[in-house]
Amino acid sequence: MNRQRVAWLFLAPALIVLGVFFLLPVLGALALSFTDYDLYALADPRNVRFVGLHNYGALLHRPEFWAALGHTVYFVVVGVPLSMAVSLGAALLLNSPLARARAFFRTALFAPVVTTVVAVAIVWRYLFNTKYGVINALLAWLGLHPVDWLGDPHWAMPTIILFAVWKNFGYNMIIFMAGLQAIPAELYEAARMDGASPWRQLRHITLPLLQPTLLMVAILTVSGYFQLFAEPYVITEGGPLQSTVSVLYLMYDEGFTWWNLGSASAVAFALFLVMFAVTALMLRLSRRSLREGEWA
Amino acid sequence: MSTKLARWTINGLLLAGSAVALFPLAWMLSVSFMHPGDSGSLPPPLLPADATLANYRTLFLRIGIGGYLANSLAVSTAITALSLAFNLMAGYAFAKLRFRGRTAVFRALLGGLVIPAQVAMLPLFLLLKTLGLVNSYAGVVLPALASVFGVFLVREYARGIPRELLEAARMDGAGEARIFVQIVLPLLRPIVVTLAIITFLTAWNDFMWPLIVLTGQDHYTLPIGLASLAREHARDTELMMAGAVITVLPVLVLFLALQRYYLQGLLLGSVKR
Repeated sequence: MNRQRVAWLFLAPALIVLGVFFLLPVLGALALSFTDYDLYALADPRNVRFVGLHNYGALLHRPEFWAALGHTVYFVVVGVPLSMAVSLGAALLLNSPLARARAFFRTALFAPVVTTVVAVAIVWRYLFNTKYGVINALLAWLGLHPVDWLGDPHWAMPTIILFAVWKNFGYNMIIFMAGLQAIPAELYEAARMDGASPWRQLRHITLPLLQPTLLMVAILTVSGYFQLFAEPYVITEGGPLQSTVSVLYLMYDEGFTWWNLGSASAVAFALFLVMFAVTALMLRLSRRSLREGEWA
Repeated sequence: MSTKLARWTINGLLLAGSAVALFPLAWMLSVSFMHPGDSGSLPPPLLPADATLANYRTLFLRIGIGGYLANSLAVSTAITALSLAFNLMAGYAFAKLRFRGRTAVFRALLGGLVIPAQVAMLPLFLLLKTLGLVNSYAGVVLPALASVFGVFLVREYARGIPRELLEAARMDGAGEARIFVQIVLPLLRPIVVTLAIITFLTAWNDFMWPLIVLTGQDHYTLPIGLASLAREHARDTELMMAGAVITVLPVLVLFLALQRYYLQGLLLGSVKR
């Protein structure tokens, strides 16, 4: 009996914090999303009315929401595979027995991960400046036309994706390196004896054995990338022509610029549902492909 | 011959990749020492023609970035110290103490990881407004005082503590608090360092929540102050780069000093999640 009490005392501080500042607000967000909580309610809570699913219905009819969801999905669909490919490439290079000065290269490649998003996003803004930016100067030196990176609605999101890849690839690189080191070296030796090329070793040994790691990394990266906010907030302020407004950007604007906390909560929950569905789908597809792999 | 070529290719690619990874940071540092306006000449210069500390002087003396720096230090240190204590206690309890509902509570916590933190932010703002904590340090610190990730990390590590060691101490009549402080904490030292650096870096770099809850300049942390400066001083490239250096340098130095612990935590936290 006494032991039970001790255990709960040890748990209490953390559970209270998580309960009061996370669980309670999450439930509150769900409740809020069924109300018309707005600036008037902020002034006087008696102005709140229950509106059922109205916020969700209205969301489905708002072009801004679909646009924001589209931008976010674009960021995820292009950004995640690109990030993972760069991470895997870097991990394979670092893991090669031929690589020199591995500790130095690992630190250098990982450094962007620990930097502050806001600070390096500002750096990005100047590097990709159309007229004075170093990137366009480099393009000119190579004899290519300058690109209006942040002023052209077609280029703004790709620029943000490049930023995200640069900033984040080091994280998954470390995880892939651990995964690669867990693959038994004998497999590669046997493959080399049989005369398998490095490319075939990658396809038939490395990638299949790395599959669990790949799946976990994919799921974590997808849910991270769905939460796009600081990058467009700092680099483009959602522009040009709203082309980089993400779902969270919309939620922030709706909630903290216009104080429509009811409909902003609906935006937050819609994002959560999309993320949940995508994760569940990824798990399911990967399970099926694993099973088929076993039969083949 | 072919191995030689492969060696050149691999190390060449690593060198090129590292250059791309480090270039924006090197450029930021270099431009921060240029005179105002110098980086805007064509073609863009890579090194300052005549290095100066003028931008840093402006930031500290005229713009008061020292205040943001102090806020960031205070907030991140408070979050690190307190959340470390809370997460260590909870993680240890989940790993080594027996109580009813242990598995269920722990499962519920892990389930919470599915929910993105931003879902909680709107009501959290209302809650803190009711408590009178909007635009205060407490508003930034309180919600960060415990994390499921931290509890999980400690639990994974604490499971390796031999049960006999704790039982022996109990036989000798040591209280649970004393056992925790004198036996458990020393054994958890590596994970304490790991969790401390991860928490500090996360708190330092955090953007969205402080942006929401800090409504006045006096309490701005560096990322918020920098983002607001960037909108005001969009054309002052050199000044903004000096601000970025001040923001990034502390965490970069901390990472370089404690890299081993940081990377270990990253692996522990993700491989088993």
